[in-house]
Amino acid sequence: MAFRHIGTSPERVEDAALLTGRGRFMDDLPVPAGALHAAILRSPHPHADIRGIDAAAALALPGVAAVVTGEHVKALTRPFLVGVRSPIDHYPIAVDRARYVGEPVAVVLARDRYVAEDAMELIDVDYAPLDAAVDPVQAMDADAPVLHTANGSNLVSERTFDYGDVEQAFAAAAHVVSIETVFPRSLASPIECFGLIAEYDPHEDVYDVLTHFQGPFAIQPVMAMALQVPSSRLRIRTPPDSGGSFGVKQGVAPYAVLMAVAARIAKRPVKWIEDRMEHLTAAGSATNRVSTLEAAVMADGKVTALRWDQIEDVGAYLKAPEPATLYRMHTCMTGAYDIPNLAIRNRVVVTNKTPTGLNRGFGGPQVYFPLEQLMRKIGGVVGRDPLSIIRRNLVAPSRMPYKTPSGGVLDSGDYGALVEQALLEGNFADLENARQRARRAGKLYGIGYAACIEPTISNMGYITTVLSRQERERAGPKGGAQATATVAVDPLGGVNVSISSTPQGQGHRTVIGQVVADALGVAPDVVRVNAELDTGRDPWSIASGNYSCRFAGAVAGAAWRAAGELRTRLARVAAAKFDCPAELFDFRDGKIIHRENANIGIDFKRLAGESHWAAATLPSDLPQALSVTEFWSPDVLQPPDDEDRINGSAAYGFIFDFCGVEIDRMTGQVKIDRYISAHDAGRLLHPAMADGQSQGGFAHGLGAALMEELAYDADGGFLSASLADYPMPTACETPSVQIVHRETASPVTPLGAKGIGEGTTMSAPVCLANAVADALGLEQIDLPLRPAKLAAIIEARRL
Amino acid sequence: MLYEKGRRHTVSFTLNDTPVSGEAEPRMLLTDFLRHEIGLTGTHVGCEHGVCGACTIQIDGEPARACLTYALRMEGREVRTVEALADDDDALSPLQQAFRRNHALQCGFCTAGILMTLDAWLKTHPNPTEQEVRETLSGNLCRCTGYAAIVRAVMDFVREGRHA
Repeated sequence: MAFRHIGTSPERVEDAALLTGRGRFMDDLPVPAGALHAAILRSPHPHADIRGIDAAAALALPGVAAVVTGEHVKALTRPFLVGVRSPIDHYPIAVDRARYVGEPVAVVLARDRYVAEDAMELIDVDYAPLDAAVDPVQAMDADAPVLHTANGSNLVSERTFDYGDVEQAFAAAAHVVSIETVFPRSLASPIECFGLIAEYDPHEDVYDVLTHFQGPFAIQPVMAMALQVPSSRLRIRTPPDSGGSFGVKQGVAPYAVLMAVAARIAKRPVKWIEDRMEHLTAAGSATNRVSTLEAAVMADGKVTALRWDQIEDVGAYLKAPEPATLYRMHTCMTGAYDIPNLAIRNRVVVTNKTPTGLNRGFGGPQVYFPLEQLMRKIGGVVGRDPLSIIRRNLVAPSRMPYKTPSGGVLDSGDYGALVEQALLEGNFADLENARQRARRAGKLYGIGYAACIEPTISNMGYITTVLSRQERERAGPKGGAQATATVAVDPLGGVNVSISSTPQGQGHRTVIGQVVADALGVAPDVVRVNAELDTGRDPWSIASGNYSCRFAGAVAGAAWRAAGELRTRLARVAAAKFDCPAELFDFRDGKIIHRENANIGIDFKRLAGESHWAAATLPSDLPQALSVTEFWSPDVLQPPDDEDRINGSAAYGFIFDFCGVEIDRMTGQVKIDRYISAHDAGRLLHPAMADGQSQGGFAHGLGAALMEELAYDADGGFLSASLADYPMPTACETPSVQIVHRETASPVTPLGAKGIGEGTTMSAPVCLANAVADALGLEQIDLPLRPAKLAAIIEARRL
Repeated sequence: MLYEKGRRHTVSFTLNDTPVSGEAEPRMLLTDFLRHEIGLTGTHVGCEHGVCGACTIQIDGEPARACLTYALRMEGREVRTVEALADDDDALSPLQQAFRRNHALQCGFCTAGILMTLDAWLKTHPNPTEQEVRETLSGNLCRCTGYAAIVRAVMDFVREGRHA
């Protein structure tokens, strides 16, 4: 079927309100009468026993209604469910012991935020500081301070995996090439911080939280269990607008529980808005990871096996859905390459740092950082340029769908063709000349590459790969990724759509309008899309939400299918009316018309009206309602098999990036000369928005590569609590990327679309690191590539 | 003028060409006053330490950080916020239209501050280069767009958009 709107780039329906100040973000919404405003007192210590909390002076301050501490919260909640079988009690506030700088210790509820913050300063907490475990490798030492004494050590999960014949491949290898990398912490940090309004109804025992939580809604039952109510008694509603998330707003979940309990204790609604310092300190973080990666390599650069050792630092608690950052990529640890043998050792470690959570790229940057630096290093070992190593190892199109050793099914794409297209359209030859010219002129200039798989639409079962087969059997199978959409036609032919995708700026309402307009042959402005989610009213499931780039493939696909079913129903109504086969009706230009006889037809609007007003005349075997809710989950997403193989995502995009950078010899500043990012994200539903996702994804990757780090000192002190200490890229440091597209429709998703929002966040850090290493003549380099660090290298190497 | 700590004082100024008056404690920030006392929520709060630029408004025609400004300091001043940019019939201004045409916003949370920065600056810099636009934008953080579409929108506005 030819599309009229899908694949075009209309202006967004969201924009007029946002441009005129009429957005409705969390802090813009009306506050219930009598609401209290919360401020959170947080631990200044990375690790300390809490011997007592004296809140008397705070409570005596006029305007203060209550001070809530760990003791109160513990009495009304259960610890959060943890994804591994280790005894870790995690409450949304410190109970008896604080384990990271920024951990909530007390919540003040007052008539306004100013008074609440005044009162916060009057609380006297008696801390007994303890030694902190900061470095994840040292945290595993026998004499390291242990965070959770019941667990006995800071190692909370260890699993090994062996796929194919790794030993044999290494024995037969011409070269064994290895690399060790340390990937730092960063935070995608949206410009809008967390916010929520929580209420509690004691008569029905219902918690009601209005917040821009972004899913996955698998966390909703986790929150409900913590609050000790059935899921139906924790109602989560989302506001109309959310000021960015990039995964991070998943981290509002513990605060929703904390403030829900606070509202219960104070018997009043509670509003809380996080400030930027709280956000940088405690909202969440990408995981920092220490990786050792070894490759078995043939003489020509062909890689036959990989052996991974990953040490994942999740911070002080294992906050659901962690350790998902580690296991999301389990399915594609061989990247974009045809490598048949794979061994993995995964260790998850707790340290005295902020608990980690969803963060754009989610596991991808941590994997590609060692993998793509290793590919470059292999080039050096076998005496070929890195590009030829990438070409030599890419999965060939004839192998599609390609089954990775760990169970991933790379669904489609011609990776090699996209590489060549990118090199051509990105004028690679010119870039090589630029490097030559720059070097001849005595400049430090380098070229970097990265080839990556972008997994999209996460399998809700992948996280259970962290459990043993026996543990999984006991817990029951987990797999799938249900997306939901409801399409309904009203009595005047208006089309209402609701989706459970909780957008945070991705224009979902515009795209769904395009998709449904095409499905029903109506103009996009006939379609109104509501993307607010209310778990007490709307269809939703555990996979609902906005993460793992699932919108284009899964949610738009579900809307397409729902509208398709509605179209089938309307065609049957028309068929009964005109007494001819339903298959012969076309839907276009707001009409339902007989394909072979243009005299037979009716306005969409009119047929919709008749279906509402004359329901009794409809065919008796036809579902009456002009409302269809579709739950879509692809069959390819099964639970892990007995050999620990898992297809972690429904569809897989491909990215190939290359860039040229020049490093200022005096200052160590990296200047990006050109950056090219090529994508195959399947069918593009709105190309301008797809480009926006790539540019924005690049900016996050650039930030992580060049400047951003949530840094801790050796004692666990936190060093990055303001935007002065946590610099984010501005327009001056962020070049416009040249974007190259190739569209290979996915056979898995209803519209052939894959996601595109995270790819360049995965590829850019290592692509830039490879370019910097090339410029400085290094085998490898760790992040962030700040000027002082590079200047020191330049000086030490006398470059 | 001396203000008494903890007491609410009256402040009167011109907001988007309309006289307004309200009460605020000396420590109340202009962001909180505009958003929660007056009820104009288009000005956003992103960092409260003057870095992100989301709260940028215009005071006497100059861009300023509302989060670093006390409300009482506005006595007698002229304040403009994003709500003033579209005309009375809600038609988007040429700069706003250029933003929409070029997909220069995603979540829209930083957008008000960016528009207020540019609106003031473009009046005195009608023909900027792309590099000058980037330097002007460097006081406003955006995490969604990577700035590419914002820069494109401004250049589009400079070329033709202002006549649209």
